[in-house]
Amino acid sequence: MQSKSRGAFLEAKDRLIGAVWQSNRSIPVNRRSLLLGASAALTLPAFGAQAQGAQITGAGASFPNPIYQKWAEAVRNAAGIQLNYQSVGSGAGINQIRNRTVDFGATDAPLNAQQLTEGNLLQFPTVMGSLVAIVNIPGVGDDQLRLTGPILADIYLGKITRWNDPAIVAINPGLPLPSLAIAPAYRADGSGTTFVWVSYLASASPEWKEKVGVGTSVRFPAGTGARGNEGVAGTVRNVRGAIGYVENAYAITNKLVSTQLLNKAGNFVKPDHKAFMAAASAADWSVPGFAANVIDQAGTDSWPIVAPTFILLPTNPTDAARSASVRRFFDWCFANGSQLATDLEYIPLPESVHNAVRASWRQSFGS
Amino acid sequence: MASESVMPIKATRRSSGLGDKVFALICQAAGILVLILLGALIIELFIAGLPAFRAFGIAFVTSTEWDPVQELFGAGVSIYGTIVTAVLAIVLAVPLAFGVAFFLTELAPPWMRRPVGTAVELLAAVPSIIYGMWGFFVIAPAFAQNVQPWIIDNIGEWPVIGFLFQGAPFGTGLFTAAFILAIMVLPFIAATMRDVFEQVPPVFKESAYGLGATTWEVMKGVVIPYTRVSVVGGIMLGLGRALGETMAVTFVIGNANRISTSLFGPGNTIASLVALEFGESEIGSLKLSSLLALGFILFLLSFVVLATSRYLLRSRLKA
Repeated sequence: MQSKSRGAFLEAKDRLIGAVWQSNRSIPVNRRSLLLGASAALTLPAFGAQAQGAQITGAGASFPNPIYQKWAEAVRNAAGIQLNYQSVGSGAGINQIRNRTVDFGATDAPLNAQQLTEGNLLQFPTVMGSLVAIVNIPGVGDDQLRLTGPILADIYLGKITRWNDPAIVAINPGLPLPSLAIAPAYRADGSGTTFVWVSYLASASPEWKEKVGVGTSVRFPAGTGARGNEGVAGTVRNVRGAIGYVENAYAITNKLVSTQLLNKAGNFVKPDHKAFMAAASAADWSVPGFAANVIDQAGTDSWPIVAPTFILLPTNPTDAARSASVRRFFDWCFANGSQLATDLEYIPLPESVHNAVRASWRQSFGS
Repeated sequence: MASESVMPIKATRRSSGLGDKVFALICQAAGILVLILLGALIIELFIAGLPAFRAFGIAFVTSTEWDPVQELFGAGVSIYGTIVTAVLAIVLAVPLAFGVAFFLTELAPPWMRRPVGTAVELLAAVPSIIYGMWGFFVIAPAFAQNVQPWIIDNIGEWPVIGFLFQGAPFGTGLFTAAFILAIMVLPFIAATMRDVFEQVPPVFKESAYGLGATTWEVMKGVVIPYTRVSVVGGIMLGLGRALGETMAVTFVIGNANRISTSLFGPGNTIASLVALEFGESEIGSLKLSSLLALGFILFLLSFVVLATSRYLLRSRLKA
């Protein structure tokens, strides 16, 4: 009887007001289960975090992202600090740390002393990387072609346009260089990689310094842009006669054809670990904010294009405990993370720089 | 028993009167919210872009400078790239879309109309990143190695139009971007054309057939004149899509802030420039303001195009 009247009641309802009613009827159940689900989803990660220990967040440069992720995994197991690092680009990292939406920012292009003071930020390097030039020339194998800074600058300025240009042939005796147009490829997205690359071009060529300058994105006078390391590598692979620049780690894992470069001591060096370490130890780090100029260092074996990447840490943290966790995180990385960095083709900083960074922490935070 | 089952009805009815009002209010609020959002977006973009407009004046729109190091910014190159790629995409897509629509409405056997029509519409559902990757890994190498060298060697020497096809065969560039865009806007134009072609009253077409007209003559003399305005509206709809497309274009346009006369040369569109530079723009910088000003210009461009499209399609939208 009850079910029958209920059925009739439903029918009448449908006819009168339509389907809205029907869905209305089932809402209480749905809503409860939804709420339960939502509250479970909200509370679970929180419990997880408490079990794991301290949690820190960082954002910025994409170049050190692989090693930061690797270190994060290691430190989570070893010291119970969980790092959530967003690889959003150096500029965005600087913005986020200025707004204090993360515990630390990360940037490839160092801030100057004034910017650091204004933002109440402490800057320190974590690891170094190196850039290589990659080419696609028929008949030219890995590390065979020799190039110099001024030649690279002229290529990217659009002044040297063929691979058999006398300037290139003169330093590559015996290498068959075709009369092929040079197609320079560059990073179209603003990036620390571009910053390091154009810093090198500017140090090698006064004309580049004057006409183009240095920045995370510049107005390239010639060539084509592509997005990310993979975009530049893809363009170089596709186009005969192309030249590009990528991080060494990327060139190695993707088996790209790199070149030799002339260093300050006048030697042509191949991009290998020995040359990178030589450059790292030659740099002078005793400048404010550790913004050492490591481009084109002296030393017979030094690779000319290496660059550190930096962390920005607030000197007036909103949460002192989290700030301390950040320092503990990188302290662990300095002490135990060098091998991991080497495995990923990064260059660990010299021990003296690790100690200098620790000293700067003590000076700013007292611990 | 009866009174028991009546009581809840009354109770719910009464609350439903209130419920109706609340529901109506919520719907109204939702509608108005969209309007406010749109207005707020455009005002916000304008205000954020104001420092750039102040610094460079009206020349911001025409200047072809984009030099982040000297902090000189202009929208000229990206506006040029945006319009060239979008228009070229339309030029490539319209004949194809017309063919698809003509085939589906007049020529295709009935069993084929459904699957082909659905396939064309599904092109619209492919995420743009897929088009971008396809363009970068498949189309650009094919263009660089096979298509462009041939065109550059043969047509590049021609008088008058030769300059359009010169330069290094990068594979990426304005033409590749337009090619990808053409495929992306094809479903919108083709679907609109098919729908409006189907709306031609059968009696018109039958009269023409009765007079001995061929299928093509019916299309040319009856269907197209009858649907002309709506077809243009559909094309404008496609144009609007092409103007704002970001991801796929960013992959294949070559991303150079220079105006190149060659269609194979690299360029930039507003959307791809903003996408590429946003991550490296600091808050309060002139660069960020210029990017937002670019966003404002793109907003205006798309708004005008889409408004025109709505206006031309108004008869069809009412139906």
